[in-house]
Amino acid sequence: MTPWNDNPVLKVEHLTMRFGGLVAINDLSFNVGRGDITALIGPNGAGKTTVFNCITGFYKPTEGRLVMKQKKGDSFLLERMPDFKISARAKVARTFQNIRLFGGMTLLENLMVAQHNPLMLASGMSVAGIFGLAGYRQAETEAIDRAKYWLNRIGLIARADDPAADLPYGDQRRLEIARAMCTGPEILCLDEPAAGLNPKESAELNALLRFIRDEHDTSVLLIEHDMSVVMEISDHVVVLDYGEKISDGTPEEVRNDPAVIAAYLGVADEEVEVVEEEVGL
Amino acid sequence: MEYFLQQLINGVTLGSIYGLIAIGYTMVYGIIGMINFAHGDIFMVGAFIALILIVALGLTAATPLLLLILALGLVLVIAMALSAAWGWTVERVAYRPLRGSFRLAPLITAIGASITLQNYIQISQGARNKPLQPLFSGGFTLAEKTSEQGTFAVQISYMQIMIIVTTTVLMVGFTLLINKTSLGRAQRACEQDRKMASLLGVNVDRTISLTFVMGAGLAAVAGLMFLLYYGVIDFYIGFLAGVKAFTAAVLGGIGSLPGAMLGGLLIGLIETFWSGYFSVEYKDVAAFSILAIVLIFMPEGLLGRPEVEKV
Amino acid sequence: MMAQNDSLFTASLKDAAAGGLIALALFGITLGMRADVAAGLGGQMVIDYRWGAVAIIVAIVFFGRLALNLFVWKSDKPVTQYFSTLKPKPGAGSKVGAFAKPALLVLAVALPFLLMSYYGASGSRRFLDLAILVTTYVMLGWGLNIVVGLAGLLDLGYVAFYAVGAYSYALLAHYFGFSFWICLPLAGILAAFWGITLGFPVLRLRGDYLAIVTLAFGEIIRVVLLNWYNFTGGPDGISGIPRPSFFGLEFERGENGFAAFFGLDYSSIHRIIFLYYLILIMALATNFVTMRLRRLPVGRAWEALREDEIACRSLGINTTNTKLTAFALGAMFGGFAGSFFATRQGFISPESFTFIESAVILAIVVLGGLGSQIGVVIAALVMIGGFELIREFEEYRMLVFGLLMVVIMVWKPRGLISTRTPSIALSGKARGISADLVQEGHG
Repeated sequence: MTPWNDNPVLKVEHLTMRFGGLVAINDLSFNVGRGDITALIGPNGAGKTTVFNCITGFYKPTEGRLVMKQKKGDSFLLERMPDFKISARAKVARTFQNIRLFGGMTLLENLMVAQHNPLMLASGMSVAGIFGLAGYRQAETEAIDRAKYWLNRIGLIARADDPAADLPYGDQRRLEIARAMCTGPEILCLDEPAAGLNPKESAELNALLRFIRDEHDTSVLLIEHDMSVVMEISDHVVVLDYGEKISDGTPEEVRNDPAVIAAYLGVADEEVEVVEEEVGL
Repeated sequence: MEYFLQQLINGVTLGSIYGLIAIGYTMVYGIIGMINFAHGDIFMVGAFIALILIVALGLTAATPLLLLILALGLVLVIAMALSAAWGWTVERVAYRPLRGSFRLAPLITAIGASITLQNYIQISQGARNKPLQPLFSGGFTLAEKTSEQGTFAVQISYMQIMIIVTTTVLMVGFTLLINKTSLGRAQRACEQDRKMASLLGVNVDRTISLTFVMGAGLAAVAGLMFLLYYGVIDFYIGFLAGVKAFTAAVLGGIGSLPGAMLGGLLIGLIETFWSGYFSVEYKDVAAFSILAIVLIFMPEGLLGRPEVEKV
Repeated sequence: MMAQNDSLFTASLKDAAAGGLIALALFGITLGMRADVAAGLGGQMVIDYRWGAVAIIVAIVFFGRLALNLFVWKSDKPVTQYFSTLKPKPGAGSKVGAFAKPALLVLAVALPFLLMSYYGASGSRRFLDLAILVTTYVMLGWGLNIVVGLAGLLDLGYVAFYAVGAYSYALLAHYFGFSFWICLPLAGILAAFWGITLGFPVLRLRGDYLAIVTLAFGEIIRVVLLNWYNFTGGPDGISGIPRPSFFGLEFERGENGFAAFFGLDYSSIHRIIFLYYLILIMALATNFVTMRLRRLPVGRAWEALREDEIACRSLGINTTNTKLTAFALGAMFGGFAGSFFATRQGFISPESFTFIESAVILAIVVLGGLGSQIGVVIAALVMIGGFELIREFEEYRMLVFGLLMVVIMVWKPRGLISTRTPSIALSGKARGISADLVQEGHG
């Protein structure tokens, strides 16, 4: 019995992505369970980030469907939506492998930008905002409160007015997650959130992700290389290799899947992989 | 048909000149990713140096042909060398100190350099048009048509032949230079990755300087051709010719040398045919509109590589 | 010690000689020989020789470089060490700014009275004209700052919107007899409309390509204005553009004039002062709206767009619309300034809207420091005001302008005022953000 097939928040169906002659993803189908932490793993070049870019609209899939079903029951076909609407309407938020914060803006500003759409409405498309009407001021206060809440949560409230580029690497990763959460997502897609973190930061990240899943009722889909993170926090693991799914199940099942061991866990030497990643393979 | 043929010849001539200037834009854009706004003005300076030398040497249509050709060769070499000095100086003073800093800064210094060059020439040479009597006259008549309006002859003048031949020779030589020599290799390496190239022992500063020098040299050739072909120059010719040559570079695919030549020819042809068949007044609008249309619908140009957005 | 000095001297000498040689190559022909049409010789070209000027320039380069080599670049105790102590400390800018802004504002408001009391009505006219000119550029700079400084979209054709504003007013007044006060909003709306129309296809372009397309659009508009003779008067332009009235009071001699109504003696300076306050108010309104918008979601989205467009899209921001609002708003303020220009001049022609104007406005924004409102004021004061004051050197004005653009950029690539003030802060006082962290935008 696989709980993630019952009422999945996101169904990836027969997803195929070709770049010219290169087949990056081939007929991939999997489900992201509602309220689960789902991990997408696989060796370098397996097509994980491409899947993310398809889900979040940065690439248009060559074939296949991406069905997002919200809590309220609204369904969205993500492959037909422009990228910004996927975040604004379908409520899919993401982070990036190479962190993309607004480095010259403060932490608070970063989190305010994430609440752009509701604030824009509240400011009457800026017209009411220019005249400083009360409705907007209240919405702004609420937005600041939400930003403060997340800054508290990631322990960076003291640095709220510092530019984001000044933060150390691990803090930047957490800020990016907080920023994504400020959009009020139903699915949070994290592209290698633990990359470059030390063990302590890694543990903090795990706690944060659990908190997001449990307290904010948000499903999490993450790409990760760090097996300790994957095995510890995931409810469901999907393994990709050469753009195809080779395994799909609980961490325990995947860990013992011979195909996975052959393709990935058994073969990949931790050292080799780190080096490969550094040279950009 | 005859009219068409005549426009074709004129268009190719004009296109050769644009192509020569476009190479300078495309090389500089390829290697440091900036629009060298002052390049059109280097072309203008080259034309002025050529004019001054021609007048100083006392060359006229009456000069014996062999002597005239030799003297023009000398003028060309000196104009190339001195324009190259200008190109080098502009890079050294206005661009090199800003390399690797804020992206808008070199664009502003480029515009500043362009304004400076224009006004320097305006002050030192005067704002008036500088006419030059034709040095060559005559040509071949390719076809003739007699109708009730009179006789229309399709002509290719010696001047046009000279422009097209010189351009072709220079472009072939230049392509060989880029493709076969170590300088060309160094240049292509710097285009790909400047830091890595310098780690592998390529003298990046020198390579970039030489790129400017070569681009300026070719612009000076274009300047001389322009002067001989049109017979009149002023300090402002660099702006329009520069924008059109840049259009040519973009149309051909920026960073690609054959693209610059192809783009130059196309822009020359389009402009000539537009003037010939529609209206002379709006020929610049035609060129600018093509620039906009190409950039919007085909930003990688005809022969360029598409740019992939990395997420 | 001695030997070291010696080698320093020979090295410096060599370097200076090389510099002199290059100067000779650069200026030998272009400056030393002037080709011109000889008077009365039937179009014959002759050469004027001016070797003296070349010698002076080469000497300046040689000795200048020698001196720099000996005392500044290679020396153990460069003279510049002394100057670097004079540079303001980082952070000092905001303190000075907090003090300077109100002071500048008071000065701007009181300026006509100060001038009148000091120079009298006829003497202050020149300075008031200059103040109007500078304020116009400040307004244009503030308008362009929205596009380039905040949204990070490089626009090299801003003058097109200035032209649209000016021609909108001139043509509406010419064909329909509309007054300035009706045309002012219309001109802004038309310019904004043009901004959206032109912006829509081009705003997905990035970086220099956007710059060059906007340049092309600017030139297209100018060429059309130049050649559409029946409608725009072509190169002859449009003259007799009506002057603005003061709530219906014309600035004229006689019963119904402004002076008579207020019981003043008629003086032509009244209209100049009125124009000055008009442009001042328009400029301040531009500033007010921009500063307000900066603290609103749309302004924050502009800055976020400048920082990272892809991240913006991942946060659900419609980047096309956001860019368009910036473009349209910038265009609108350009249009307002344009109709002011038309009413002040009373005559416009395409000649006033060349690429150089765009370059000058962009230079003011970039030299002042992208996104900095006070930087625009300083840059406009220096670049426009400073030059107009040295009229004796009219011929050299643009030459020096171009050189100054190069020099200031090389000296301060991020502009004069380069710290960014956060749009919102939890703690009471917001610290400025160093320019090194702020992105400049890709579009």
